[in-house]
Amino acid sequence: MFAYIVRRLLYAIPILIGVNLLTFTLFFVVNSPDDMAVSQLGEKYVTPEAIEAWKRKNGYDKPLFVNAEAQGVGAFTDTIFFTKSLKLFAFDFGRSESGRDITTDVSTRMWPSLAVALPSFVIGIWVNICVALMVVMFRATALDRWAVFVFVALMSISYLFYIIGGQYLVAKSWMLVPISGYDPEFQPWKFLILPVLVSVIAGIGSGARWYRTLFLEEAGQDYVRTARAKGASEISILFKHILPNALIPILTGVVVLIPTLFMGSLLIESFFGIPGLGSYMLDAIRSQDFAIVRTMVFIGSILYIIGLILTDISYTWADPRVRLS
Amino acid sequence: MRAHYQGSVAVPTGYRDNSGFTTRLGFAALALLAVVLAGCGEPPWNDPNPSFDDGLLTYNSVMSPSPPKHLDPATSYASDESLFLMQIYEPPMGYHFLKRPYELLALSVEDFPQVTYLNAEGEEVAEDDPAVAYTRYTLTVREDEHYQPHPAFAVDQQGQPLYLFDDAEEGSRYSQITDFPQTGDRPVRANDYVYAIKRLADPLIGSPMLGFMAQHIVGMTEFSEELARVERPGNWLDLNDFDMEGLEVLDERTFTITINGRYPQFVYWLAMHFFSPIAPEVDRFYHNPGFSDRNLTLDWWPVGSGPYMMVKNDPNSEIILERNPNYREDYYPIEGEPGDREKGLLDDAGKRVPFIDRAVFRLEKEVLPLWTKFLQGYYDRSGEVHGNTNGVFDQAFVVGPDGVEMSPELQDHNITMSPDVKPGIYYYGFNMRDPVVGGYTEDRRKLRQALQIAFNTEEYINIFYKGNGIAAQNPIPPGIPGHLEGEEGINPYVYDWVDGEAVRKPLEYARKLLAEAGYPNGRDARTGEPLKIFIDVQSQAISNTSMNWMDRVFAELGVQVEYRPADWNRTREKLLTGNTQIYSHGWLADYPDPENFLFLLYGPESPLICECDGANNSNYDNPEYDELFRQVRVLPPGPERAELVARMVELFRRDAVWLYAYYPKDIYLNNSWVSNTKRHGISKATLKYLNIDPEERARRQVEWNQPVTWPLYAGAALVIGLLLPGVIAYRRRQNATARRAVE
Repeated sequence: MFAYIVRRLLYAIPILIGVNLLTFTLFFVVNSPDDMAVSQLGEKYVTPEAIEAWKRKNGYDKPLFVNAEAQGVGAFTDTIFFTKSLKLFAFDFGRSESGRDITTDVSTRMWPSLAVALPSFVIGIWVNICVALMVVMFRATALDRWAVFVFVALMSISYLFYIIGGQYLVAKSWMLVPISGYDPEFQPWKFLILPVLVSVIAGIGSGARWYRTLFLEEAGQDYVRTARAKGASEISILFKHILPNALIPILTGVVVLIPTLFMGSLLIESFFGIPGLGSYMLDAIRSQDFAIVRTMVFIGSILYIIGLILTDISYTWADPRVRLS
Repeated sequence: MRAHYQGSVAVPTGYRDNSGFTTRLGFAALALLAVVLAGCGEPPWNDPNPSFDDGLLTYNSVMSPSPPKHLDPATSYASDESLFLMQIYEPPMGYHFLKRPYELLALSVEDFPQVTYLNAEGEEVAEDDPAVAYTRYTLTVREDEHYQPHPAFAVDQQGQPLYLFDDAEEGSRYSQITDFPQTGDRPVRANDYVYAIKRLADPLIGSPMLGFMAQHIVGMTEFSEELARVERPGNWLDLNDFDMEGLEVLDERTFTITINGRYPQFVYWLAMHFFSPIAPEVDRFYHNPGFSDRNLTLDWWPVGSGPYMMVKNDPNSEIILERNPNYREDYYPIEGEPGDREKGLLDDAGKRVPFIDRAVFRLEKEVLPLWTKFLQGYYDRSGEVHGNTNGVFDQAFVVGPDGVEMSPELQDHNITMSPDVKPGIYYYGFNMRDPVVGGYTEDRRKLRQALQIAFNTEEYINIFYKGNGIAAQNPIPPGIPGHLEGEEGINPYVYDWVDGEAVRKPLEYARKLLAEAGYPNGRDARTGEPLKIFIDVQSQAISNTSMNWMDRVFAELGVQVEYRPADWNRTREKLLTGNTQIYSHGWLADYPDPENFLFLLYGPESPLICECDGANNSNYDNPEYDELFRQVRVLPPGPERAELVARMVELFRRDAVWLYAYYPKDIYLNNSWVSNTKRHGISKATLKYLNIDPEERARRQVEWNQPVTWPLYAGAALVIGLLLPGVIAYRRRQNATARRAVE
């Protein structure tokens, strides 16, 4: 397994370089360093000298990929791509265009993200599995058909509707919890109830429907009939037989998400005022802060790759027949 | 098949216990609900503000939609940032809180600058002497002007700075300003102002003012070039070691600034944060090794002598200001403009300011939470920098016979409105170099005037801005000298004065003008082709409905419209190259002088002439106007200047340079316990005047936020209601015999 993991980590390097190159190209196709300077400097008194000074100060006065004026390796190292993007591989995230240290910001903001994402994730999976198993228990009945109808209806509703609806009902009309905000030192749980609730409810439709499909396939297997014939209760059959056997596809979709929980959620964080990495990314896109965007894409890529490796490893735990080689 | 799914084996009695799982789950949920409810304590439960138990009067407000990017007075140039900077720093000059038109007054200096005029040889000459080559401003710092407590001023017993480190490791245990156990302070000195101006010239700091101020302050360009050549092996460069020709410290409290020629508006710039004092030891402190890696910089932790100081800066969630204990004696104004006394704006006259001890600004990115918290009483005011003219806040207003009024719901809360007509202007301008709509011949003027008349600005503002704006009759907004009200203030080319009010000329007249311009019924008299105009719009700033509205109004003349949407950067490129026909733009004043608006039409400000980011995007080029502008620029306020301004406005109207324009008007809402809420269009240094009745606030918050608990019980009942049939069915199935199951 060790060799497998090392191999997968090595595969990750070209993937990360590709992601980096793609992000860099896409960003600079639509956004020249001059555009970035204008965005940062504002609309008044933006002289060409001010633009040049901003570019020089922030290291955007170099060529993008190849520096024809530099000698030897410098032709590639003395470029924006090298100085801004490839340094990420040394985890040197540098500074945002507004001058803040990105490493400090990321390490500060990942905890609020996690505070929302982790309970949403755990409770969401637990609820989805329970609901799906309950529906499977009543498969081919009116309850099952109605449940599928409700799932599809829940899936069809925009995520924004859940957020705004939740805020309107729970926080505005019923005044049960604060509508937004986050304070780790002041009863943080009361700020988390609503975003977690909204995340869980918004995910029930797609999650429970997907798990139902997986469980239904297992429910028709011979070993289930055997268990039932041996007198096992439905609860026991569902949780001890069907669920473990359906774990492989569940893990495929779930484990890969675990590392990315640090990245937070763009919408939830923005609407609920959670100062996490999701809103950090959104703000960076809005303010055309390439330094933050490239860092977040890079971190996201790494976490996703880690998630994929963890998924493979989790297969061996879920199904001892699986061997990584 | 059905029988197969449902199972066919009777379940032994011992397995029944499993079926209680769901029931137990339901009870557990109810128990949890009870615990949660019990744990919530006394209502209100939805209070998002942490309670401070120190007895300080706290103001709860908002920064929206994004946190400030820069708080260094040399680099910041945004109103969101001024909101903080102008409470912390105190520039030499300021504005009277209540009086309108805006009135300049001395703030951190003893009096207005003493102005002397010099010839090229540096000898003093009379103000009106044609030999004036320089103007020298002499300022004397107030004796009681004192910095806030800050670790940068902390010294040891030998008088040496306490927090100067040789390497990053040494200072690594400090990550917030509040982590430093020792602080110090000192009086503000003349050299601090000089140091601040030198920082504007430091190319490494990148101040947006450098290019503009270098045109005025003597020696600034050379100073900047000198700094650019200096090797900086260490982090900090002591700017005291370098001299700028136009700056001189006469004694501990007196300094001079010398500018090129005459520029009377320079005194207004002294009211901006760029000219606030910066203590060199503060600059040095923030250049400690490793400090910038922890965001310990002047850009994030400002240090000033104003009424407040920053005690927390978490741009991700909140910024907290607290009263500066060293702030000088300052008092609420004892006079204002007519009507202020009746509005209660002079109830605190003569009292010492600031009233509020602490101001908490929380980040709100979305409007719904902001609005809800304001209505729940958790924000004292609905906003600070951006008004409430968006979709959500629109519910709060109705357009009544007297303009915008509050909805009955808001009136029940005794919420008050603070209208704010900003000293700014938004407009659609013609490109005067365009072959179709540009030019200075009579037919082109008539064409533009016809389009102006057709564009019903009042209707546009009512529909798309809920009445929050004023149709502009000239480029100078209200509150600025040169703006006239009533009959003498109307644009006679577009409006008639009828029964005491300005009435837009009829469309028939516009059609007549259009025909005289060579486009009868909107068609080119020579080719028969319909007249088509092209409008460059910023995609984020316009909606389909407003484009449809414009299509309709121009269709009344038979004119077709094509829109060219683009983002700001692309729009800017078009403006720089003159590649527009009609474009949208706006301008917010830096200072309340007509010159700051009339320069929008000054010929040399055309991007095509100056080959720079000039403000005259219409490329208006009228020699008479330019000559008048040059005179207005150097004349002091008075009848002579007013006459020249009026002539320039007349030229602007006659030449019909802009399609339409309006003065933006924002509405801010205040909860009933907040007083002294008058908006100041130019200055943000008004927090010190704000007052709050904390008892009323606490009472209202409890009254307005009694939780509605029935949904909790209903939700629990719903969950049980959903689970119960399942549990019953499950138990029945588990107890069923094979025969019953098959049946």
